[in-house]
Amino acid sequence: MPQPRWLPYLLIAPSVAFLAAFFLVPLGQTILLSFDGGQGFSLANYARMAGDLNFPTALRNTFALVIVVIPLQVALALVMGLMLQKMTRGRELVLWIWTIPLGVSDLAAGLVWLAILQDSGYLNTLLFQFGLISGPTAYLNSETPIALFFAVVLAEVWRATAIVLIILVAGIQLIPKEFGEAADIFGASPWTKFRKITLPLLKPSLQSALILRTVLAFEVFAVVYALGGRNFPIIVGEAYTWQNENQNYGVAAAYAVLVMAISLAATVIYLKALRVDPEAQA
Amino acid sequence: MAGILIDKVAKQFGNAVALQEISLTVADGEFVALLGPSGCGKTTLLRIIAGLEVQSSGKVVIGERDVSALKPSERGLAMVFQNYAVFPHMTVFENVAFGLRMKGAGQARVEAQVRKAAALLHIEEYLGRYPAKLSGGQRQRVAVARALAVEPAVLLMDEPLSNLDALLRLEMRAELRSVLREAGTTTIYVTHDQTEAMGLADRIAVMHGGHIVQIDTPTTIYSKPATRFVGGFVGSPPMNFVNTTATAGSARLGGITLASPVDGPIILGFRGEDARLTDAASGMPFKVKVAEPMGSHLLLTGHVGDDLARIVAPSSTRIGAGATLGLALDPTRIIWIDPQTGRTHPGA
Repeated sequence: MPQPRWLPYLLIAPSVAFLAAFFLVPLGQTILLSFDGGQGFSLANYARMAGDLNFPTALRNTFALVIVVIPLQVALALVMGLMLQKMTRGRELVLWIWTIPLGVSDLAAGLVWLAILQDSGYLNTLLFQFGLISGPTAYLNSETPIALFFAVVLAEVWRATAIVLIILVAGIQLIPKEFGEAADIFGASPWTKFRKITLPLLKPSLQSALILRTVLAFEVFAVVYALGGRNFPIIVGEAYTWQNENQNYGVAAAYAVLVMAISLAATVIYLKALRVDPEAQA
Repeated sequence: MAGILIDKVAKQFGNAVALQEISLTVADGEFVALLGPSGCGKTTLLRIIAGLEVQSSGKVVIGERDVSALKPSERGLAMVFQNYAVFPHMTVFENVAFGLRMKGAGQARVEAQVRKAAALLHIEEYLGRYPAKLSGGQRQRVAVARALAVEPAVLLMDEPLSNLDALLRLEMRAELRSVLREAGTTTIYVTHDQTEAMGLADRIAVMHGGHIVQIDTPTTIYSKPATRFVGGFVGSPPMNFVNTTATAGSARLGGITLASPVDGPIILGFRGEDARLTDAASGMPFKVKVAEPMGSHLLLTGHVGDDLARIVAPSSTRIGAGATLGLALDPTRIIWIDPQTGRTHPGA
């Protein structure tokens, strides 16, 4: 029986309607709210956001986190993925263990690392027992911004490297093993093989992983709040503060729009930078 | 240019034996086909020669040099894969140049060698394109050009034509033969397709169950198979086998008597095109079940006694199903097989 031409549209209509109602409409409302100064269009919310004492720090902290965390995660995930590929036995088990953090909510992950790193945490207990410190030492307050930063980096790497890993493992599995064997036969060193064969063929997966991970990294919130509270201002944290503590929805909306603009810009940059010529695809 | 010596190479995967002590000598410039059904160990043997797989015991010598412990790239060989393994993210030029670049060849030499290999395989016009734009046959040409561009001492080919459609396979087969003749490269070619092996190889090594069962020229393999397996695997239609009993040095089959090497139960082997049709009384009785006109010939399938036989008759022959004919055989074009061992009696 021939299908009516409108059938596919009918079938996707519910999901389109759902996204429109619960995503596009709030998005539009947020944008409008951010430009609403009380009497029509105004940039007052943005001016207030940019003039806030925490704004430059939040911006700097968020970007610093992204710049340190993302390359670290991609490099780690690449190494882990290639190691998995070399394994003959126990691959599934190792992959499964590596991806456990994915099942932990980000707030819980933050609390786990808080339990380890706080004054009376596991790390200090251990260092104290070995006689390396004389008493509780703080790493997570405003006097130790660098230690706090690396604590957040550590927790983020622990928590979210696995999503990059999974995408890259899927990509690596798509590369026929004959490519590597041909490279071996024709004399490519392991490093050359990685650079000239594996990496270029992994570009589509890398692109997906980078976009997904970067967008989420700009939205980092719960881990930072668990570890540092407001000692480590970040963009989404500021939006939260303006929304809930200051009850100023307009400035909170301006922050939300800012995060969206940054995420969009990052996505566009990745799409351009890692563009794969459709002709040069497998 | 180099010959290859494979000395008692064996391979086990866990408890499974893939190869049992294979020895094989390939002369400089020779084209040897490893022919056998899937799982016979032919690809494993090729991969051991390439260095992609490590043998459990034995050694591989290429051109006087023991390469058993060397990396693939140090063995002086090139390989063509079944699925081409042409890099999709490089142009045809860069694919063909890959081996040269890895060996650190200068740009002038790369250019010259790529042009030469591309001319040999008729892919000059595609050098600037990406493989995705090429057909399967063209990609396989690229893979062969990439292998020949490094002027390897030894070329290994793993079922290079099996992903191509029938017509293209025929065309590429003829072309491969002339190209490799011209290049004079020692070649080992793995295939399960006996027509490919027959058409291309100087010698065929028929493999079965991790052994080389017979290694000889295509014509000898075809007309004097060493075992029942070889006779049944090589040739289309396969060789016919008729169970009989010999007494006093001869076997009587209907109207014909053939001298046999031993007395007792024995199997007569003959090719379908070596049987001449006569009348039922004066030949070996053959009851036709199916007659298939193939264009170039008429293929008759039927029985001699209880054994299935396929006879190739001239296309002009008018024979239908149900007829009983006689078959006359040339005593020099038959073999005798021991039913116990499945081996051919020597000299028969």
